[in-house]
Amino acid sequence: MIVTSLKTMEEIRQGTLLSWPSGLNLDSWAVAWGGRGYGAGDTFLRPYFWNSIKMVVPAVFFSTFIGAMTGYVLTKWRFKGDQWVFLFLLFGCFIPFQAILLPMARTLGVLGISNSVVGLVLVHTVYGIPFTTLFFRNYYVSVPTELVKAARIDGAGFFKIFFKILLPISAPIIVVTIIWQFTQIWNDFLFGSTFSFGEAAPIQVALNNMVLSSTSVKEYNVDMASAIIAGIPTLIVYVLAGKYFIRGLTSGAVKG
Amino acid sequence: MKTLKIEELSKNFGSTEVLRKIKLEIDEGNFLVLLGPSGCGKSTLLNIIAGLETINEGNVFIDDYNVSKVEPKDRNIAMVFQSYALYPSMNVRENMIFGLKQAKTSKEKIEEQLEKVSKFLQVDQLLERKPSQLSGGQRQRVAIGRALVREPRIFLFDEPLSNLDAKLRVEMRREIKKLHQQLKTTVVYVTHDQTEAMSLGTRIAIMNHGVIQQNDTPENIYNKPSNMFVADFIGSPSMNLIKGSLKESSGEILFTASGSNVEIPIKDYEFKDKSNLNNKEIYFGIRPEHIYFKKSNEIDFEINLRANLSEYIGHEQIITFDYANQEILAKFPSTIKIELAKETKLFFDVTQISLFDAKTDERI
Ligand SMILES: Nc1ncnc2c1ncn2[C@@H]1O[C@H](COP(=O)(O)OP(=O)(O)OP(=O)(O)O)[C@@H](O)[C@H]1O
Ligand SMILES: [Mg+2]
Repeated sequence: MIVTSLKTMEEIRQGTLLSWPSGLNLDSWAVAWGGRGYGAGDTFLRPYFWNSIKMVVPAVFFSTFIGAMTGYVLTKWRFKGDQWVFLFLLFGCFIPFQAILLPMARTLGVLGISNSVVGLVLVHTVYGIPFTTLFFRNYYVSVPTELVKAARIDGAGFFKIFFKILLPISAPIIVVTIIWQFTQIWNDFLFGSTFSFGEAAPIQVALNNMVLSSTSVKEYNVDMASAIIAGIPTLIVYVLAGKYFIRGLTSGAVKG
Repeated sequence: MKTLKIEELSKNFGSTEVLRKIKLEIDEGNFLVLLGPSGCGKSTLLNIIAGLETINEGNVFIDDYNVSKVEPKDRNIAMVFQSYALYPSMNVRENMIFGLKQAKTSKEKIEEQLEKVSKFLQVDQLLERKPSQLSGGQRQRVAIGRALVREPRIFLFDEPLSNLDAKLRVEMRREIKKLHQQLKTTVVYVTHDQTEAMSLGTRIAIMNHGVIQQNDTPENIYNKPSNMFVADFIGSPSMNLIKGSLKESSGEILFTASGSNVEIPIKDYEFKDKSNLNNKEIYFGIRPEHIYFKKSNEIDFEINLRANLSEYIGHEQIITFDYANQEILAKFPSTIKIELAKETKLFFDVTQISLFDAKTDERI
């Protein structure tokens, strides 16, 4: 893919798939990112890339945070019917995307945030909560409840215990959750294409439009560059978070 | 005034009854050990005293003040846990002063307390370390320190030594004993280790299935168990319980084991109720350490039993004898030579026996 993206169209038409490009030709990257500069009908990734960022950052943040909260409540503040909530959430993980499209569309319509980045943030947050909750629940189950008891005797309340005692030892699971949620949300196509179009679309939808709707000639080099641009953030998250992940595991921060 | 008083306390988790009509009183400065097999409700009782569990029925009083609905932090208690429960993200200093900070104690007072307690427990060199950088013994010291700085009315311990290795456990046990001697604060201490209970407690409450079986001094728990559960639970190996019946003849009370014709006269035994003893079905309880190889008191009862099995455990040996088809264990110094498969002359110390009603399992 990288090789192809560096070729000119001329080279692609002549050469075989595996031949090397004549030089570093970044034109196709520029086109993919910034367009050719002639007005209507010119689709390029930059605005959609930012759409995606604006969508993915809050959605990952909220779904991770809420998941941590609910995971904490489910394991450390047992209440009547908590097993049912847990079962319900487990069930939530198995609901296919398609099943919640219609009810979601209605909800967004009622809230007046359909076809907007805010709407997508909401959709992804809600859909992600069962997963993030399960991640955190499974992590917090292994944290001794005596920790919470000790803190209660010391006079810490619900939120203080969460922020001062549990959250600081949650780095590994936060990283796992972020990787998972980021990958899911960034690469999502279905929600994006259903709940947004035109200007508010995230990058995956734009990429699809770009690749499929190119009218005249197939510009493989631009397509390849676009696909790579769309994939880079996930890669970055893996590399950065992966490092923290290992660090979190090896520093022995988990066990008291 | 009782430092701690528990009245008719019951607790269930859903349909399982965990504590039943618990009654307990502790005088100021006492060291009460809750002892019982796993799952009998010791931790639940301790958590209720701390306010970490709700109550279904009954009340808890601290200094005559009903605390049944009071938050843990306001009960004037401190607790030390089996897993130490040190906050992993905080260093030793932060761990120890966390409670005081929550209580909005003044900076000077916090520093003063921290210095005093950390010196006292010899953790003043470790203040900047994280719990993960401490050994098990050090962690337990810090956990105790965290409880001490609060200067509570009552210390609650939930099996604080059971995560330590055997040697360290004995050391820490002595330190806790010293601590109590110096501070004289009231303690409630949960364990399922009877040696720990015996050596630490000024009072021991034996629990089984959510009921307190006996609440007494260590001496009485050992010498005068109030029922067969306590008799069997305390001591290692546990008390021999020989099935048989009593007979009253010409003012003397005699015990005969089932299937035997040897009559053992019961002398100097404090019966709770002297009536209706004739033909009573009972268990005759005698501890392995109260069966002697040499006669030591005039009153000792001489009996010939066949030795079947010998277990050597260093300074002692445990010999299994046959007594009318019932197994009897006896403990002797290992210097004594006993031949197996032969009749051996033994002496029962009848001043040390316990008798139990075979129907109710209660001491008579
Ligand atoms: N939160 C809970 N929900 C349901 N049952 C519980 C709960 N906590 C404890 N139990 C049950 O209550 C009983 C008493 O438990 P508890 O922890 O008090 O026992 P324990 O005497 O401390 O035992 P151990 O020596 O093993 O610590 C057990 O049968 C246990 O399964
Ligand atoms: Mg317990």
